[in-house]
Amino acid sequence: MSGTSASSTGGAGTGLRADRVSRTAGGALVLDGVTLAPRPGTLTGLLGPNGSGKSTLLRLLAGVLAPDAGVVTLDGDPLGSVPRRALARRVAVVEQHADTQVDLTVADAVRLGRIPHRRAWSPATAADEEAVRSALARTGLSGLAHRTWRTLSGGERQRVQIARALAQEPRELLLDEPTNHLDIQHQLDLLALVSGLRLTCVVALHDLNLAAMHCDHLVVLREGRVVAAGPVRDVLTERLVADVYGVRATVTRPGPDGRPHVRFLGTARGEAAPAE
Amino acid sequence: MTETGTADRTADETIAGAEGAAGDGAGRKRPARPVRLSARALPPVAGAAGAVLLCVSVALALTLGPADIRVADAWSVVVSRLGGAPSGLSALREGIVWDLRLPRTLLAAVCGAGLAVCGAVMQSLLRNPLADPFVLGVSSGASTGAVVVVVLGAGGGLVSVTGGAFLGAVCSFALVLLLSHTLGGSTDRVVLAGVAAMQLFSALTSFVVMTAADAETTRGVLFWLLGSLSGADWTDAGVCAAVLAGALLVCGGHARTLDAFAFGEDAAATLGVSVARTRLVLLTVTALLTAVLVSSAGAIGFVGLVLPHAVRALAGPGHARLLPLAALAGAVFLVWADTLARTVLDPQEVPVGVVTSLIGVPAFVLVLYRTRSGR
Repeated sequence: MSGTSASSTGGAGTGLRADRVSRTAGGALVLDGVTLAPRPGTLTGLLGPNGSGKSTLLRLLAGVLAPDAGVVTLDGDPLGSVPRRALARRVAVVEQHADTQVDLTVADAVRLGRIPHRRAWSPATAADEEAVRSALARTGLSGLAHRTWRTLSGGERQRVQIARALAQEPRELLLDEPTNHLDIQHQLDLLALVSGLRLTCVVALHDLNLAAMHCDHLVVLREGRVVAAGPVRDVLTERLVADVYGVRATVTRPGPDGRPHVRFLGTARGEAAPAE
Repeated sequence: MTETGTADRTADETIAGAEGAAGDGAGRKRPARPVRLSARALPPVAGAAGAVLLCVSVALALTLGPADIRVADAWSVVVSRLGGAPSGLSALREGIVWDLRLPRTLLAAVCGAGLAVCGAVMQSLLRNPLADPFVLGVSSGASTGAVVVVVLGAGGGLVSVTGGAFLGAVCSFALVLLLSHTLGGSTDRVVLAGVAAMQLFSALTSFVVMTAADAETTRGVLFWLLGSLSGADWTDAGVCAAVLAGALLVCGGHARTLDAFAFGEDAAATLGVSVARTRLVLLTVTALLTAVLVSSAGAIGFVGLVLPHAVRALAGPGHARLLPLAALAGAVFLVWADTLARTVLDPQEVPVGVVTSLIGVPAFVLVLYRTRSGR
């Protein structure tokens, strides 16, 4: 199964890609033959209801979990054969809800991103300091560098996590529902920040309109399978919203850029929540 | 004020420059400004100051006690024993310095340093502010081992008590590792398995003492359970110092790895840390160090729990600074605690664990209070 190398989407063996990966958890199949090949330099949105396998797929891409079948590759090499530190210099992860009891400052937290670049016993180099400073600047956190973690708001914390990820100087950035628990302004700010990074980003999202506004491509999961993948305007249709989420909706294209906008009308089955 | 304002503006300009260059990478050259890691970081001289404080503490501790000995006397004894000029003191006084106070004070310093480092490492590794060197059940295992030797026979000399304690500690730690692995291997499981082992071995210790020991033996066992440096000799101090040096090297080499655990094990993994291997290596090293220390000095509580928190508050959470400073602070603390223990009720001796706990419990409550208000 994993030995065959036929690739349908995404083309060349560069970058990070998942090839027909499956993963079980507690006897249930969480991911079932999912292929994901994000285009370099674009923002790919990962959509799907709760429990559809978004987080598991991101964990497989990050190398935190190993697939039961299929393979995740970085530039053609299976993740299992890539040294952890080398992987951490290429792929950075922003978790859904990162928290710590440690009394870190913002600068401390961002500095963690330099760990894969540093050797034991050696002091920080000029390159380390430059990366931290640049990461703080790009996320607009330079003024908060000495604030402590526990005094930060939810939006600031997520920006710190993104700054930490940038300090790793990755080419691929994986984000698991980074806008959860944020108010709408911070959701928009955060995704504008991410889409402006010009990294290869894969971001799991719940909000379809947020995804439509910021993503270049969408991959939609349901019960561990890919049900749709492609450019935003092709994927996000009334039919898809009804099929995947069980919600009636109208999809319009109000803006000049033709990005779709979803207006929800109610659950398709007249129930409170779609069946999982 | 003007100077601060200028500095701020320079910083803003640098930021603007960084933002401009963000798109096309680090194309432009900017003056390298150091990014300060932590606003609370002690100056670099803190380590040197700590080392000086430790030397002064050891020197003063040598002079305190029933026999009146001055720093100069102690120094001349050390010089003469290391091959220099004769000290000119009586053999008895020379013996007090060289055979009693010096190994005891050095063992106190080594134990304090080791326990504090173990505590700092475990609190980070297990992501639990209340973790300490004994959380892996090591001390209760050591107690059971020692009690079995003392009460059930096997000679009873100091060396065999130490050996029994070490064996007990290793058995208990192996049980904790096995339990936590079977229970799923996550850090909270390690802590729970440690608590279970602690209860089990405490019960075993009580059982052995209750069923087999006479009053005299019970008192001896109790003294050992509370921690005491009264039996210290050069062998104890040397073995403990050697193991401490090795453990410091290993933990120091993992300083940044420990930093990576701040946001949890998955976050550490995505920062390039091999989580399972790191946890096994560091837990084994800290458990072995604790076992060796407990074998020589008994279960001295609270040093490993409280000292790392105090040092973190002063020096920030970065382990490259925290570990050596915690070692120094623990050493100084235990040297003074032991000096108190052997002088305060002179000629009676208080177990040093009683002294550390009397100071440690209020500090422990403070830690609990701080973690409460932090959430």
